[in-house]
Amino acid sequence: MIKAKVVKNILQRDIPEKLEGIGELEPFAGAFTKLKKGWMEEETVPPPNKAKMPHSDKTCSDLKEAILRTNPKDGMTVSFHHHLRGGDSLLVQSIQILAELGIKDITLASSSLTSAHDPILPYLKDGTITQIYSSGIRGELGKAIAEGVMPKPAVIHSHGGRVRSVHTGRIKIDLAVIAASASDEEGNCTGSHGKSAFGSMGYASIDAWYAKQVIVVTDHIVDYPCVPRSISQNYVDYVVKVDSIGDPSKIAGGTTRITKAPMDLQIARLAANVIEHSGELKEDFSFQVGAGGASLAVAKYLRKIMRRREIKGSFILGGVTSYGVDMLNEGLFRSIFDVQSFDAAVSTSLMDNPYHIEIPAGLYANPFNCGCMTNKLDIVVLGALEIDTDFNVNVITGSEGYVRGASGGHCDTASGANLTVVVCPSFRGRIPIVKDKVHTIVTPGESIDVLVTERGICVNPKRPELRENLIKAGIAVKDIKELATEVEKITGKAKPIENTDRIVGVVEYRDGSIIDVIRQVKD
Amino acid sequence: MELKIKAQAGSFESSDVLIMVEPQPLGVGRKIELESIVLQQFGEDLLNQINTDLDTFAISDVRVIINDKGALPPTISARLETALKRSAGIQSGTLS
Amino acid sequence: MLYIPGNNPAMLQQGSVYGADGVLLDLEDAVALNQKDSARILVSHMLEYISYEGCEVTVRVNHIDTPFGLEDLKQIVPLQPDAIRLPKVETLDEIKRIIDVIEQIEDEHQLPHDKMNVHVMIETALGVQNVYDIAKYSPRIDAISIGGQDLAADMQLVKANDGIGIDYARKQIVMAAKACKIDVFDTVFVDVENEEGLREDAEYIKKLGFTGKAIINPRQIEIVNEVFTPTEKEIRKAVKIVKAFERNTKEGIGVFAVDGKMVDAPVVQRAMRVLEMADIEMADL
Repeated sequence: MIKAKVVKNILQRDIPEKLEGIGELEPFAGAFTKLKKGWMEEETVPPPNKAKMPHSDKTCSDLKEAILRTNPKDGMTVSFHHHLRGGDSLLVQSIQILAELGIKDITLASSSLTSAHDPILPYLKDGTITQIYSSGIRGELGKAIAEGVMPKPAVIHSHGGRVRSVHTGRIKIDLAVIAASASDEEGNCTGSHGKSAFGSMGYASIDAWYAKQVIVVTDHIVDYPCVPRSISQNYVDYVVKVDSIGDPSKIAGGTTRITKAPMDLQIARLAANVIEHSGELKEDFSFQVGAGGASLAVAKYLRKIMRRREIKGSFILGGVTSYGVDMLNEGLFRSIFDVQSFDAAVSTSLMDNPYHIEIPAGLYANPFNCGCMTNKLDIVVLGALEIDTDFNVNVITGSEGYVRGASGGHCDTASGANLTVVVCPSFRGRIPIVKDKVHTIVTPGESIDVLVTERGICVNPKRPELRENLIKAGIAVKDIKELATEVEKITGKAKPIENTDRIVGVVEYRDGSIIDVIRQVKD
Repeated sequence: MELKIKAQAGSFESSDVLIMVEPQPLGVGRKIELESIVLQQFGEDLLNQINTDLDTFAISDVRVIINDKGALPPTISARLETALKRSAGIQSGTLS
Repeated sequence: MLYIPGNNPAMLQQGSVYGADGVLLDLEDAVALNQKDSARILVSHMLEYISYEGCEVTVRVNHIDTPFGLEDLKQIVPLQPDAIRLPKVETLDEIKRIIDVIEQIEDEHQLPHDKMNVHVMIETALGVQNVYDIAKYSPRIDAISIGGQDLAADMQLVKANDGIGIDYARKQIVMAAKACKIDVFDTVFVDVENEEGLREDAEYIKKLGFTGKAIINPRQIEIVNEVFTPTEKEIRKAVKIVKAFERNTKEGIGVFAVDGKMVDAPVVQRAMRVLEMADIEMADL
C-alpha cells in the first residue's frame, strides 16, 4: 500500500488525502466554509427505480424469508436505525441471518450503535461485516474497532451528515431494515402506536427513500390503512410480522427521570443561570437538550426560570424526553419537533398532540437543503467527554482511546444554535475533562459559546458580548486555560493515549469533510 | 516503621483505592502490585507516589497490593498511610 | 453548611463546588467505628491538597471522651481549618477541658490561639440547660449549633420528625447565641427526598433567628439558600428604609414612616442586616 499524503486540517489534525476503504478525504476547513456557497459541490445520486404489480403481496412469514427475497450479496450495505434505543434486537437478528447465509464484506450503516449490539462482535472479526457507518458506537464494538479488528476504517457521521451521505451516495444502501411498532400489510408504518410504541422514526425516512430494498419489521400488524403513519407504502418492499422487535422495557421504558446526582444537578443549575443571563433567553426562543445527566437537568432549572420570568418558548427540537412533553403540556413551549423519542410518554404525546410533530433527520439537521431545523435553534445544551482549551469537543472516544460515544446531533445543533452551552464536570474520577488537547475532535470550538463546569464557567473569546452579559449578572467567568491548569493541578498530568499509526476510524463533520481520525490503540 | 501484620485500608468505591500491605522478610525489597482504572494515564505517577511515601516511612521490605478506582493523590497517600499504620499497630484512636 | 462523610474521597474532593457557604468534614457520626483512623488520615491529606476556596472549612471531631477524640484533635488542630466543631458538649468544665487541649496542641506547633474558630454542638438536655455558659466561655467560640437527632434520642422522643420536641431547645440555643453575639446553626433535615418539608423547616428556623442550617446532601443547598437569601421585595424594602433613614438622620429626625409603617432604630438595623445578607454594600446605594 502506498502511503497517502497527509495534510493538516484547519484544527491542525493530520488527515490523509486518501484512505483505503473510503477513498478521498476532504480536510475540515471551518464550520461554514462549504455551506456558505449556498449549494453542495457533491452530486446527489437518484433514489432507486422500483415497480410493483397491483395487489401483489408484500408480507413475508419471517425475517429470514424477507431477507432472502431481497437477494442479499457479498459487499452489500445494510442499514438500521436506533429508534428502539437499547432495546433493539432487530439489528442483531438480521446480521445473524445474513451471516448464516454466508454473506461477507457487509457495510453496516446504522444510524447509531449501542451496547445492545455487542452480540455482532464475532461478525466484525470473521469478515461478515467489514465496515461501519454510524453516528455512535459503544460497548464491545467500540473497543474492538479501536483495537483494529476491522479491515476498513469506521466512519463516524452526525445525524445531519448521515442524510447528506445517503444523498451523495457515500452510503449506498442495498437493504434497509426498519423497525415499526405498527404497520399494515402494505408497509404504511409508525412508531407512535402499538404495544412497542417508541415514538419518532425520524432517522429511518431517508433510508426508506433511498434504499434499494426496504423491509418493515413489526410486532403489530394493523388493518389497512395504518393511521397515523410515519413511512408510507410506496417506499416499502416487504413487511414482516415478528413476535418481538426487542426488549419492551428498554424500548419504551416509562418516563425519563431527571438525574439525582448532585454534581450533574449543580452543573445544570449553573448552566440554567448562564442561559438566563446570556441575553438569548427571550420570548419565543427555541431549545434543545440532550437526554442524559446534566444536560437534561438544565431543563428542570430552565423551567423554573421560564415560569418566574413568564417567558414562553417557540419549539423544542431533537431527541425528546417526557420532560420536554411536560413543558409542552404546561404551555411553556408551543411545539415539539421530534426526530427521536426517548420514552413511552413521548410516543403517547406524538400520537395525541398535533403540536408534537415527527420530523425526518434531513429536516432536523442535514446542512445541504433549504434550511434544517437546527438552523432555527436559539439555545442548545450539550455534553462532552472532553473539551480542549480551544473549546473543541470530543464526544466519541473515551479516556482509553476506545470508541464509546456518539457524534449524534452534537455538531449539527452546535453549529445552528445562537447559544451553544456545553455542560460537563471538569474531571471524572481522576481523568481530566477540560484539557489542552482532546483525543478526538467531533465538534469544532468555533461552534461552542460557553462551557459550564462545577469549577468554572468559560466563555469562548469569540463571544465577548456573552462574557459581558454574564459578568454584568454577577456570574464569575474563568479563562478556559486557567481552568485546564487548575484541573491538572488536582488530577496530575495524564499521559496521552498511545496509538499506532493505523487509522481505524474517521470522524466526518456534518458537511462531509474530515474533522479528525481515530487511530488504533496500542495494547 | 516496622510492619507486623497484613493490613488494608480504603475501598472499591469510585475515586477511592483499596491498599493492602504485607510485611516481608528483611532484604526482600518492595513488591508492588498495581491495578488501576487509570493505569494508562497515571500508572507511573502512582508507582512514584507509592515509592516516595514508602521512603517517607522508611519501609524497604513490603508487599503492597493496590486496587485503584481513580483516586486522587491525597487519597492514595492517606490509604497507604492508614494501611501501614494498621500493619505496624501504631494507629491509636481507633477500633480494629 | 454541608456535611461530608470524612471517609468518602469522592465527596471530600468535590465538597466545595456545590455552592454551600461552608463544608463540615465529619469524623464523627458519618464514619463507622472501625474506620475512624482511616477518615482522620484521609481528611488530613485532603485538607492539605484540595482548595476549598470560597467555602469555610470546618472539621467535626469525635468527642474527647471517646477513644478517637484526642487523636482527632492531635491530627486536625495543627492543620488549622477555619473551624473545629465539637459534638455533644454538655458542661462548662467540658468545653474548658477541650479548649485547653486544643491550645496545648497549638502551642506545641507554635500556632496562634485566635486563628481557628470553635463551633460547639449542643445535643443533650444537659447541654441545652448549660448552653449560655458554654457559649460565652471563650471568644474562640463563634458559633453554636443544635444536633437534633442526638437531642431527640437523649430526650427519649419516639417520633421526632415534626420538630415539636426540640422546639424549646432550638429557641433556648438561639437565645444563648444571640446573647453572646455569635452565629447559630440548625440541625439537619434527614429526609432528602422531601423538598417541601425541608423548605418549611428552613423557613421556620429562619423565623426563630438561626443564622443557617446544616445539610446532608448537596441537593438541599439550593432550597436552604433560597430561604435564607432575601427576596427582591425584601431587598427593595430594606433599601428604601436605609435610604430614608440616612436622609432623615441628616435632618435630625429619629422616627419616621415608610409605606405607612413606623420605622425606628431596630427596624433600620434589620434592614441593614437584609442588605448584608444580600451582599449589598451601603456605598452602592
